[in-house]
Amino acid sequence: MEQKSKFVEQALILSNQALSSDVYRMVVQSPQIAHDSLPGQFVMIRLSDKLDPLLRRPLSIAGADPQKGTLTLIYRVIGRGTQQMAAAQTGASLDVMGPLGRGFDLSASRLLLVGGGIGLAPLLFVAERCCPRPVEVLAGGRTKDELFWTELFRDSCQSIHVTTDDGSLGVCGTCADALPALLANGRYEGVLTCGPRPMMKQVAALAKAAGIRTQVSMEEHMACGVGACLACTCGAADGGSRQVCKDGPVFWAEEVDWS
Amino acid sequence: MNAGLQTELAGIKLRTPLIAASGTFGFGEEYLDFVEQADLGAIVVKGMTREPRPGNAGRRMAETPAGMLNCIGLQNPGVDVFLQDILPRIKRLEIPIIVNINGNVQEDYAYLAEALDASGVAALEVNISCPNTRHGCMAFGVVPETAAAVTAAVKAKTKLPVIVKLSPNVTDVAEIAQAVEAAGADAVSLINTLVGMAIDTHTWKPVLGNIVGGLSGPAVKPVALRMVWQTAQAVKIPVIGMGGISSASDAVEFLLAGAKAVAIGTANFVNPQAITDIATGLRRYLEQQQLQSISQLVGKVRIGG
Repeated sequence: MEQKSKFVEQALILSNQALSSDVYRMVVQSPQIAHDSLPGQFVMIRLSDKLDPLLRRPLSIAGADPQKGTLTLIYRVIGRGTQQMAAAQTGASLDVMGPLGRGFDLSASRLLLVGGGIGLAPLLFVAERCCPRPVEVLAGGRTKDELFWTELFRDSCQSIHVTTDDGSLGVCGTCADALPALLANGRYEGVLTCGPRPMMKQVAALAKAAGIRTQVSMEEHMACGVGACLACTCGAADGGSRQVCKDGPVFWAEEVDWS
Repeated sequence: MNAGLQTELAGIKLRTPLIAASGTFGFGEEYLDFVEQADLGAIVVKGMTREPRPGNAGRRMAETPAGMLNCIGLQNPGVDVFLQDILPRIKRLEIPIIVNINGNVQEDYAYLAEALDASGVAALEVNISCPNTRHGCMAFGVVPETAAAVTAAVKAKTKLPVIVKLSPNVTDVAEIAQAVEAAGADAVSLINTLVGMAIDTHTWKPVLGNIVGGLSGPAVKPVALRMVWQTAQAVKIPVIGMGGISSASDAVEFLLAGAKAVAIGTANFVNPQAITDIATGLRRYLEQQQLQSISQLVGKVRIGG
């Protein structure tokens, strides 16, 4: 406890740009958090001093550059909090708390990243941190409007596989539909996934059948982000429970009670 | 530098009047990266029960205007795990530890009081006001006779100071406070959360898994302040005020209304440094007002004249 591992920083917003109709990429100057962040960890954002909306918003970290002291956040506008975030101007400051939670174990030598929609954000940080180790990504989106993900992964991933719900780009369907063909190649030693829960459940089951361990990044409503409020409790396979914020958000798929 | 903030509560010396409220501060360790330990008067740990409790199923938290609803349902590892694994760790903090105790039946409270009596904790907070459990708890706290009976049962089993945490979900909170005072309570703390509800207009379903939950945060502050003021006039034992306190100015309001100490809850989620920020603000306030001690504020609200 002598050494601080979590910080609150008033981070300068360096850029905040739309990547698609509802997905934004924000880069902030946040040296302490950027220095300590690991792929899979998250931050809690406070949008303003106002009492409404009151609570911080959990956001996964999409990139951290310890040298430059910058943190990248990629977020989808879904509610009042993210609407306010999208409206934030370069040069303004953002209250950032982190890094929080347990990130991905990156020790397996050849990783396949499987992300659905905004779930690709933490996987981008994985790809960048692993580079130049060979990493492949399977990116699932609703339509080709989400093509921007392939651009973001281009520099750090060896192969980029794409699915869309409407078939407008890549394989028609979800990541789980395209996964068996990739796993059949038999060259992956670990699967990391983030996205809708049903997708992650399917991905974990398919990978397990192929003899590959999967790590999943879970999402839950939370107030504190540090294990105090106990709002984000999820069921564990051992019959107990875990806090998504503190024990996760990344878990081994076999730790999770998927029922 | 804390001289002006020191206070005393039912025999417990507090370095500041700022107490971390139960259920918002874990077991204390979760916030040590953010809060200066010297700014913390005491920590009230997450509500404890005799047996481990998994808490409620479904969604447990919903944000509301300037507040939040929760229906955690007293998730905790049970008193045995607390005594064996957790308390030895947090005792090293040199911050008084207050244990919030809960039960389905009166005997549960008595059992917990006995189990914790010689454990080295500073005090017990008897929770007769949790709105999120099916049995017991708040049911005891809304009737003066049962509130008094639980208080007496706890007092009979412990020499520790006993703080009774009161529910705002009553017609006359002062009446309950007087009943627990008569039964031997050493202090009262209030308010616990107000029972509330939110409905999803897309699905037409309640947002919370437990349908209803406890409302906390700045939204409840005026109600809490009024109840603290009413209670402080009705009893002689010290009052710990809480409910939406987010700033030093909020804390001063509660002191003026008659609270001898205050607890900080939901504000910890919003600003993990809230307790340190409030302590800093209180020191500045004393200086500006040329006061030596926060005790000069307690109950000094000017009514009339």
